[in-house]
Amino acid sequence: MTVLIAIALTVVALAGTAVVVAEPPERQAVSLSVFGTALVVLFVILQAPDVALSELGVGTAIIPLMVMLTIRTMRKDRDERERNAGQEEE
Amino acid sequence: MTRLTRLLVFALGGGVVAVAFILAASGMPHFGTTHHLYRDLSVPASVQHHTANVVSAVNFDQRAVDTLGEESILIASVIGAAALLRPSEDETERLVPEQGRTLEATRLVGYVMLPVTLVLGIDVVAHGGTTPGGGFQGGVVLATGLHLLYVGGSYSALDRLRPVTSFEIADGAGAAAFALLGLLGLVSTGAFLGNFLPYGVLGQILSTGTVQVLSGIVGVEVVGGMVVLLSSFFEQELAVRPRDDD
Repeated sequence: MTVLIAIALTVVALAGTAVVVAEPPERQAVSLSVFGTALVVLFVILQAPDVALSELGVGTAIIPLMVMLTIRTMRKDRDERERNAGQEEE
Repeated sequence: MTRLTRLLVFALGGGVVAVAFILAASGMPHFGTTHHLYRDLSVPASVQHHTANVVSAVNFDQRAVDTLGEESILIASVIGAAALLRPSEDETERLVPEQGRTLEATRLVGYVMLPVTLVLGIDVVAHGGTTPGGGFQGGVVLATGLHLLYVGGSYSALDRLRPVTSFEIADGAGAAAFALLGLLGLVSTGAFLGNFLPYGVLGQILSTGTVQVLSGIVGVEVVGGMVVLLSSFFEQELAVRPRDDD
């Protein structure tokens, strides 16, 4: 059991570092959901299924989805602004 | 502030936190020991109210006031996010055009998983008092599960399945019902959110008194809150456009 906990903790630490290192935010959204899955495994091993279920829903689904939608909206907005600026110059 | 000063400030602050953290952690009971004061008090209290899931007993019975606080935080943040994401004066909402193609495999997985996820979510909410899970977890499963209709089908299909107004009402009604049940507990047991319903038989779905009822109420509120939250994000991304002035 201790070995399993040690492995799960290491995976969480690695996945967490990967989120910080992955530079563009859309990659961070995906690695965040991997990090969430690693946390779910850790919580199950530590016999906390309630917390694991919450993390599964919020950490791996809702938060990455919200981040992705936000990034797409911001990017579309910026592209439109640039196109409009380009048209005015012509 | 130069780079060196910043590094010194960080080293000072980080050092103090590190020392304090190590001192605090070394004073805690050893990891994985059987010595656990809180468990020794909360497990008997949970069994006394015939609640098989001790975590739910803590959430909805022993410390239900904390959950009421968390509920209020949830509804406040959903209202805040929805207010921020609504179309502003120089923006307009349009009908979301049908665009893009979905892979047949994705459609299949979406449509197969949609009913499975919804049933699973209802199951998790309904067994909050007896098995792991409860209103929050089940509510999140239900709310995200609904969005499989967008993954497998289209946004307009999702839009028809979830009239956002009724989910807004569900969010508010859930929060209000939680407080109301607390007041009923106050009247009948003398303690706010006191467990005043019959406890039933340990391990059965209709046991645990108010724990199961509160879990269901939280489920309704979380489904409402999450759907409203996600729908405002989707609307911003798909439907809201800058207003054309010309």
